[in-house]
Amino acid sequence: MGAEFNDYLPVVLTVLLAGGLAVLLLGLSAVVGKKARGAPVRDTPYECGMPILSEAHTRFSVKFYLVAMLFILFDIEVVFLYPFAVVFDDLPASLIFVEMLVFLAILFAGWIFIVKKGVLRWQKEE
Amino acid sequence: MEPILAAAGAGHAVAFYAMAALAVASAVLMMTQRNPVACVLWLVVCFVGLAGLFVTLEAYFLAVIQVLVYAGAIMVLFLFVIMLLNLRPEDLKAVALPRIPLVGVVAALLLLAAVVTVISASRPYFGMSVAGILAEVGPTKDSVRDIGLPLFRDWLLPFEATSILLLAAIVGAVALTKRKV
Repeated sequence: MGAEFNDYLPVVLTVLLAGGLAVLLLGLSAVVGKKARGAPVRDTPYECGMPILSEAHTRFSVKFYLVAMLFILFDIEVVFLYPFAVVFDDLPASLIFVEMLVFLAILFAGWIFIVKKGVLRWQKEE
Repeated sequence: MEPILAAAGAGHAVAFYAMAALAVASAVLMMTQRNPVACVLWLVVCFVGLAGLFVTLEAYFLAVIQVLVYAGAIMVLFLFVIMLLNLRPEDLKAVALPRIPLVGVVAALLLLAAVVTVISASRPYFGMSVAGILAEVGPTKDSVRDIGLPLFRDWLLPFEATSILLLAAIVGAVALTKRKV
């Protein structure tokens, strides 16, 4: 088994098509479209006809960052599970099973820490 | 077998150098941008180029993980940090990084060490084509198993240490952001 290098040709074609389409559409609108001049209202972003309420660049709560960070850490944990499942039959079950159990137990301790600290609770409970 | 290998080798070499050029060019563009969001997007392109390099080197599993973890998850994290700081263009102009010579010297030494290590490790392959190197190393039978077997058999301790590292990162992230809990 094993993927062949040539299997990735469709991926390359997809990327080229997607990139080419984006370049084509943006290029066409730049060439064909008319430039708006001296019309500050017309140059504002379109928000369903509403006047613009605030800038798109606003400060985000640190809670989003924390969730993203924790997601990545457990994401990396899951990455290890994939080769684990593939090679499970090639190694003595006692060795590889205990090995992964220890790995998961240590990260499970982290998960308990997160839950106990109420990190994933979005709003403070009264 | 030989002609097929040679034909595949030419494609390999073209793809390899194209991906290498993409990765290097996007890395340079990333460093020269003033807008941090544009920096991050160029870094995504760089990571995709690296994933492409892994594909041309027949490390398919690494390529997929590179896109999933780096180009996906870690870039989201970077974007969050940038939105968290929310630097406006006028703030960026005011930021003039202090030039500390010692930092530059240490960084240059680290870079030198990395370059020397890579060059000395790739010494046996000097002057060989990409196809020749791939033939020398041998075909990839199963890129997941090729990583999994050494990882779970020969590198038990580093594997388990990874979980401690992840645990430390979890505790660190929580401690940094939830100081008052």
